[in-house]
Amino acid sequence: MTGFAAEIGPPILLTLELAAVTTLLLLLMGTPLAWWLARSRAPWKEAVAAVVALPLVLPPTVLGFYLLVLLGPDGPGGWIAGLWGARTLAFTFGGLVIGSVLYSMPFVVQPIRNAFEAFGERPLEAAATLRASPLDAFFSVALPLARPGLLTGAVLGFAHTVGEFGVVLMIGGNLPGSTKVLSVAIFDYVETMQWGRAHAVAAGMAAFSFAVILLMTLLERRSRAARA
Amino acid sequence: MNAAREPIRCALAGRLGRFALDAAFEAPASGVTAIFGPSGCGKTTVLRCIAGLQRIDRGRISVAGAVWQDDRAFVPPHRRPVGYVFQETSLFPHLSVKGNLLFGEVRARKGGAAMALGLDEVAGLLGLGPLLDRTPAALSGGERQRVAIGRALLSQPSLLLMDEPLSALDRRTKDEILPFLERLHAGLALPILYVTHDMAEVERLADHLVLMEAGLVTASGPLAALQGDPSLPLAARRDAAVSLEAVTGDYDPHYGLLALDVPGGRFTVPSAPTPAGERRRLTVQAADVSLALRRPEGSTISNVLPACIREASPLNEQELVVVVSLGAAGEGARVLARVTRRSWDQLALAPGKEVFAQVKGVALAPRRR
Repeated sequence: MTGFAAEIGPPILLTLELAAVTTLLLLLMGTPLAWWLARSRAPWKEAVAAVVALPLVLPPTVLGFYLLVLLGPDGPGGWIAGLWGARTLAFTFGGLVIGSVLYSMPFVVQPIRNAFEAFGERPLEAAATLRASPLDAFFSVALPLARPGLLTGAVLGFAHTVGEFGVVLMIGGNLPGSTKVLSVAIFDYVETMQWGRAHAVAAGMAAFSFAVILLMTLLERRSRAARA
Repeated sequence: MNAAREPIRCALAGRLGRFALDAAFEAPASGVTAIFGPSGCGKTTVLRCIAGLQRIDRGRISVAGAVWQDDRAFVPPHRRPVGYVFQETSLFPHLSVKGNLLFGEVRARKGGAAMALGLDEVAGLLGLGPLLDRTPAALSGGERQRVAIGRALLSQPSLLLMDEPLSALDRRTKDEILPFLERLHAGLALPILYVTHDMAEVERLADHLVLMEAGLVTASGPLAALQGDPSLPLAARRDAAVSLEAVTGDYDPHYGLLALDVPGGRFTVPSAPTPAGERRRLTVQAADVSLALRRPEGSTISNVLPACIREASPLNEQELVVVVSLGAAGEGARVLARVTRRSWDQLALAPGKEVFAQVKGVALAPRRR
């Protein structure tokens, strides 16, 4: 069993690292985007929203394929990688992060946008008449009121990144220590007929997902009770 | 002229969606100015434009000498020293009552505003002391509205805007809050624009009135003058009334009757013991006033005042609304009387005629402070 632990340790750490970095980036980018989607009156904002939501329905392989083209040596990703002397962003941790961010984007943006829309115009108008500038009101009123949505978005984004497979396989490959994450590890074990190990990882991930969903439901119920 | 004494000037014209607004009025720099009109006449829009929450194409707004909007300038809402009390509760649910109250206060302080009102004073004025550590969710509707008023006051406004602050509340809660509003009115120099469609609130609170209908200002002026103008729709209402500023006089402890002096006359009303020299507001309904040629005898009506007919205008097929001014020479306050056309003809009443006004009932506003 120690062999298994040594074998599965790096993919677990890598998975958690990828999910954490992805969630952080998604919160930083997704919150302003959700704010814009919730408040803008631009007629084309729903087109932007549709693009953000695409990963919900697109086969991961389609997204992975385009990412492979974009991140590869002949795409803009290759050009960027050239800045530090690399040949490509594909099959790197950075490439995985880019893929995960795009793939999990709707799971983070949608709950935050809903939260921003739920409290409406009134609290922000009240803040404005109380001398809060728009930026001040965003941080002192909008973000605290959207907290349940931010929490849901963060948990969903994290969990969804942990569970992604198709995109990772297309652009990450299976390089131990840099792109071999848990979902790929299971695939590996099945390919090589190590059913026992596949079982252990699969059961672990099922338990993790269950815990996440349960935690989220409980958090949501608590925040609703606090407000009622 | 002292800038702070300059009236509030407001001229707004333009379209907002399908709604056309053309409203211009001035309001004095102190006291309560009620903006009164039916639902959907644009009262709230006027208030929102003054706060800067809505922008109308052609608007000129100046308050205490500062221009908030004209052809070139539009001061954003957070740079306008207004307090705004919304119709429904608008407290921040993530902050305690105290956090809500101080939200505007700390920002006003940082902005270098003159801190005229402190937390203790406002909490005392509105009875908020016991609520400070609660969350808005744990407050009743009336308490929330009081906190909202306190929060607006603590942002150190030079103008307080109130958008039907009582209309979302039930009768009992309204009666609980009105005395607080009367205290604000009596205790603060701050001008208040008060939007309402409830005449009873106007009669109790307002000094000045702006009448609106279908996006237009139809009249504006001192409350009693507008109430007593038979050319305006107010005098034709079933509940037409005139509000008078009275000063308390002698109190008769044996019968529990209080004398109240108004220009040109003295009323006697049942009341709890009250010291002399207090300012109180009386409301006299047109339906409670009848006219007689001689001082009637053997009547239970105790308020019979010499008066002089000023003018009359038909109310409907059967009735007229008559403006009389109190005092034998007709030099005093004006009240309305509703009389039938038959009585008017039988008594040969006419403008200039000296009569006796019998006042069956007088509403005395509760004591302020």
